[in-house]
Amino acid sequence: MGMTMTQKILAAHAGLDKVEPGQLVEADLDLVLGNDITAPVAIREFQKMGANKVYDKSKVALVLDHFTPNKDIKAAEQCRFVREFAQRMGVENFFDVGEMGIEHCLLPEKGLVGPGDLVIGADSHTCTYGALGAFSTGVGSTDMGAGMATGKCWFKVPTAIKFVLRGKPSGWVSGKDIILHIIGMIGVDGALYKSMEFMGEGLQNISMDGRFTMANMAIEAGAKNGIFMVDEKTMEYARAHSKKPWKAYEPDDDAVYDEAYEIDLSKIRPTIAFPHLPDNTRTIDEAGDVEIHQVVIGSCTNGRLEDLRVAAKILKGRKVRRGVRVIIFPGTQKVYLDALKEGLIEQFIEAGAVVSTPTCGPCLGGHMGILGKGERAVSTTNRNFVGRMGHTESEVYLASPAVAAASAVTGRITDPDTLLKAD
Amino acid sequence: MKVKGKVFRYQNNVDTDVIIPARYLNTSDPKELAAHCMEDIDPDFVKNVKPGDIIVADRNFGCGSSREHAPIAIKASGISCVIASTFARIFYRNAINIGLPILECEQAVKGIEAGDEVEVDFDAGIIRNLTKGTAFKARPFPEFMKKIMAADGLVNYIRDKYKDN
Repeated sequence: MGMTMTQKILAAHAGLDKVEPGQLVEADLDLVLGNDITAPVAIREFQKMGANKVYDKSKVALVLDHFTPNKDIKAAEQCRFVREFAQRMGVENFFDVGEMGIEHCLLPEKGLVGPGDLVIGADSHTCTYGALGAFSTGVGSTDMGAGMATGKCWFKVPTAIKFVLRGKPSGWVSGKDIILHIIGMIGVDGALYKSMEFMGEGLQNISMDGRFTMANMAIEAGAKNGIFMVDEKTMEYARAHSKKPWKAYEPDDDAVYDEAYEIDLSKIRPTIAFPHLPDNTRTIDEAGDVEIHQVVIGSCTNGRLEDLRVAAKILKGRKVRRGVRVIIFPGTQKVYLDALKEGLIEQFIEAGAVVSTPTCGPCLGGHMGILGKGERAVSTTNRNFVGRMGHTESEVYLASPAVAAASAVTGRITDPDTLLKAD
Repeated sequence: MKVKGKVFRYQNNVDTDVIIPARYLNTSDPKELAAHCMEDIDPDFVKNVKPGDIIVADRNFGCGSSREHAPIAIKASGISCVIASTFARIFYRNAINIGLPILECEQAVKGIEAGDEVEVDFDAGIIRNLTKGTAFKARPFPEFMKKIMAADGLVNYIRDKYKDN
């Protein structure tokens, strides 16, 4: 029986020729990640374990991105605790305000993750790096603490679902619409405990930024990881960014998958997840008339340069509807600077949007854009659970940057095509 | 080990944002977290929960964020065990790692209602609904997980391993 991409990476990192679904393995870690929310708990567990140094100073990444710039005194204390630990341990990949970005935008950009790597992070969206053909998965703080101490983590070898992508997305359809479509199809636990493996000739029509968006949301289908087959686009990205050797893993011809879906990308429409679950999806044509009060564009899901370019294409020369608050937060300092140089930031501000420093703040209802009672937001983030962005009676509609930007102009959930035709 | 308590019953997809909302994540103090446990879907939970009580839920319990604060809040609120049809995988790992007992048992979930008195025998893997007089068999933990639970979490388990070396 052949192995999936995920199984091959797990086997290689466990020093085994072969693994089977359900097998428990202890694997070597190429990178261990934490942030200002999860690292404090992990550090305390690390200390309780009796560890006094991290297993490899170059293989631990600490990113202060959630409640930063510090939203209150408690947040400041959490950051201080992580900062002091990073200094004491000599952690090389420590990113503080000024250098930091949203962790899952930042690490690939810095070349800290490459194809074939095995990464754990104390953040559920660590699955993002699957876009590069890496096995990466979210864990809790205790696993992170153990990972920092030992450089190892135990895994149960997962089965997988195969998604064979065909054709080319039309119009404004992006990675976000494709992954929302898939989550709508299989449900928020449709891939529970499993890998989602993406392949097929349609891949060539999805940019790296689009793939990061898709892999990012694998967790919203309950998956252990999402992973893309490495192709020319991946290798180009790896050559431009990766600081270390990397390896592409392909599934065996006789790899066994629990299920296989063939997806015609040309048939996918702009897709929105209605409250309060990411699988509660409707196409833009089925969305109906939904008045909104806030638009959020950014996050680890959609805070990359391509996302901002799309938003700017729609907002340039237009005005945000009065009564709608638009918050745009680039994923990293580099994305911010590139957007600035391209003139996108100016276009956003002229349209009436605000542009924030990189932060996870608004996505998880932390700070920088909390929703009040009864308020509705269209957001390019990844979760629309009850109370996710603020009041328990607020509502979050997940969408692509294109739909979010078009909705900012009209104050209602809007098809970008309709907006452009109306002009 | 046996636990016994009154059941708090929830549905599918209880996410970690409602178990402990992110607005409270500027601390990791278990007591402070427990004070807000479940408040976005069950504001009375904190008021009513007693040590030993049990949470029973349908599918995909603990989906969403990887925050370990979620099982920490549940454990610190006094809950002795969570039984669900399925758990989201990160929550599953986290619960084991911090020593919060969890069991997957769909039949038990179907046969338990809010307010029922339930007893769980972890060694035998038996869930008894004392109110209805029924019993269910859950799949026991594998050996290495039993060791982690016996050590009250992964930290002690690893510390013990360090000592052995």
